[in-house]
Amino acid sequence: MVTIDKAPEPAAPAADQKNLKYYTASQWDLVWWRFRRHRAAMAGFIVLALMVFVSTFAEFFAPYGPTERNSDYLLGAPQIPKVWDANGVSLQPFIHGLSTERDPVTLRQITVVDPEVREYVSFFVRGQSYRLLGLIETDIRLFGVRGGHVHLFGTDELGRDVYSRVLHATRTSLSIGSLGVVLSFVLALIIGGIAGYAGGWVDYAIQRLTEVIRVIPVIPLYMGLAAAFPREWSNTQVYFAMSMIFGIVGWPTLARRIRSHLLAQRGEDYVIAARVAGAKPSRIIARHLLPSFTSYIIVDLVISFPYMILSETALSFIGLGLRAPSVSWGVMLQDAQNIRTIEQAPWLFIPAGFVILAVLAFTLLGDGLRDAADPYQVKS
Amino acid sequence: MVLRFAANRLIGMIVTLFAVSIMVFIIMEIPPGDYAERYAFRKFSGTGVSVTESDIDSLRQEFGLDRPAWERYFTWIGGIVTEFDFGEAFAYETSVNNVIGDRLWLTLAILYATLILTYLLAIPIAIYAAVKRHSLPDYGLTIFSYLGLAVPNFMLALILLYISVTTFGAGVGGLFSPEYEDAPWSVAKALDLFKHLIVPGLVLAWSATALQLQTVRATMLDELNKLSVTAARARGLPEWRLLLKYPARLAVNPVVSTIGFDVNRIFSELPIVALVLSLPELGQLLIASYIDLDMYVAGAILLMLTFFIVLMNFVSDVALALLDPRIKLAGG
Repeated sequence: MVTIDKAPEPAAPAADQKNLKYYTASQWDLVWWRFRRHRAAMAGFIVLALMVFVSTFAEFFAPYGPTERNSDYLLGAPQIPKVWDANGVSLQPFIHGLSTERDPVTLRQITVVDPEVREYVSFFVRGQSYRLLGLIETDIRLFGVRGGHVHLFGTDELGRDVYSRVLHATRTSLSIGSLGVVLSFVLALIIGGIAGYAGGWVDYAIQRLTEVIRVIPVIPLYMGLAAAFPREWSNTQVYFAMSMIFGIVGWPTLARRIRSHLLAQRGEDYVIAARVAGAKPSRIIARHLLPSFTSYIIVDLVISFPYMILSETALSFIGLGLRAPSVSWGVMLQDAQNIRTIEQAPWLFIPAGFVILAVLAFTLLGDGLRDAADPYQVKS
Repeated sequence: MVLRFAANRLIGMIVTLFAVSIMVFIIMEIPPGDYAERYAFRKFSGTGVSVTESDIDSLRQEFGLDRPAWERYFTWIGGIVTEFDFGEAFAYETSVNNVIGDRLWLTLAILYATLILTYLLAIPIAIYAAVKRHSLPDYGLTIFSYLGLAVPNFMLALILLYISVTTFGAGVGGLFSPEYEDAPWSVAKALDLFKHLIVPGLVLAWSATALQLQTVRATMLDELNKLSVTAARARGLPEWRLLLKYPARLAVNPVVSTIGFDVNRIFSELPIVALVLSLPELGQLLIASYIDLDMYVAGAILLMLTFFIVLMNFVSDVALALLDPRIKLAGG
């Protein structure tokens, strides 16, 4: 079935209106209408939008700071707020309090849940102060326990709240990927643009270069570049350097795509007309050639996101990427590398769920966009 | 004709490898500080001997580090090409060849085990799913394909490790049982290796299989609608024979043409999976040498991995030319 709706015979004025709307719609409207019908892609889009929103305001949504420690609850299990227990129902959600006991066998101090004590979870609690978006100073957090702690996803070995850390990590991991994607896009545009427009030996040389970069296995290549970061670099420097290497290594695929498209379009009448009219190459590329495949570029960008995210996670996981106290999905998963730790505290795996969710959402979104952007798409 | 095509490709392969070696050399040169400084630091730190700038300079002369970069590059690559000598591994105070030792062969064993598993799984399952389109197995395949990309291999390895520790109380790591670890090669040791290859092979085949399933299924769907299939059916050819004779034969082509990509992907994922599963192969050594900044070892490994990717690209080109008569052999 072809997705382009066949115009039915004009029957009623209402249908007429609808057809008029369809035939006069801009390309972007058409893409949006097709995209909206793609349920999986919409779901991916919503998940990502939520992730971006919540992580942008991570300080507000997280009850604690990413490095704030609760030394009374090390490697503590997730606490799920309840509304009832053996002692009855409560309208306000609560968690059970904790008390410290000695293990009868090892005599070590252990923390046990005390089902008799209720600690109520309330909203808009004052916590550590922070700057929202780096601007507004406040100490209001979405939820928390007054005079106590609540750890939705448990705590790590240092007693840091996994839930709060995941929110902050989401921001780091998504933004580092975005920076990498933007950088590789700019490089691909310039390099692919030159190769495709100039052709000849320039194109040949650039083709050989992209081939060399593409043939070296990508994560070992990233690791090699990341290994060169001086140890004394600050976290911010490492952060930007990492997105730089993602950009530097990531451009060839997109550059190739841009090049082949430009080569195909170069001889088209409208390009020759522009050239005859005296337009400069930069104008022809930017004004005439690029708009003809913007939608493909966007799709490629979305599809390249998961690779960036997975690369960041992989690099930080083995200790060549971001380092503590930076917090990203990969940095958090470092804690889950040790088999003893994951045996004792499987909740340290929770960041992995976020990685999987983000990659899945990007993939579904990319697939949906690809289908929506293709005007000749034949739906199967 | 095929020979000329192969010769052409072989020349292209050598040119690519030459360019790759320059790139690898650049990566080896990027880390701050040089070999002499790190050598002096490692050798004398904590011994109370104070190292002066002139000591480091003489070390530099000893290692030939005072010569220009291009000269060092040619010494390095010359040693590799003529004597198969990859230089010195300073962190281990021996030659790179010694450090690598058996690991190269174990890496290749893992690679081929993974490739074989990928194709044995992907091709028949995808053909089956394409034939039974819109059935439960077909939808299952689609879901699996998405998961194959979204769940990174090292996470799968961690999950397997977690399950095996919690339910069996034993790890799944390593490539040999303890009793064969240092034993000389024998049939029993090879069999033991074979058993241990299955888990890493499956973990590494995970994402490659997911992608190949999609490709084979899509090609099969295209080919199933071709008139040649209808004609064969009309002639009364049994269904399974016509499947094998027309669409399945063609559906293998995209798989053959992407062997190089699969090898690239597997080598890309190998180091981290090897780290989690503690496999004694090159990828894990690569991470260790990057962390120690032992760049001659890292460079040698990067070069070896890329060499096999380029080699498999070549094999895939030639195999495709033999398999698919439609490929034009003119030009390289």
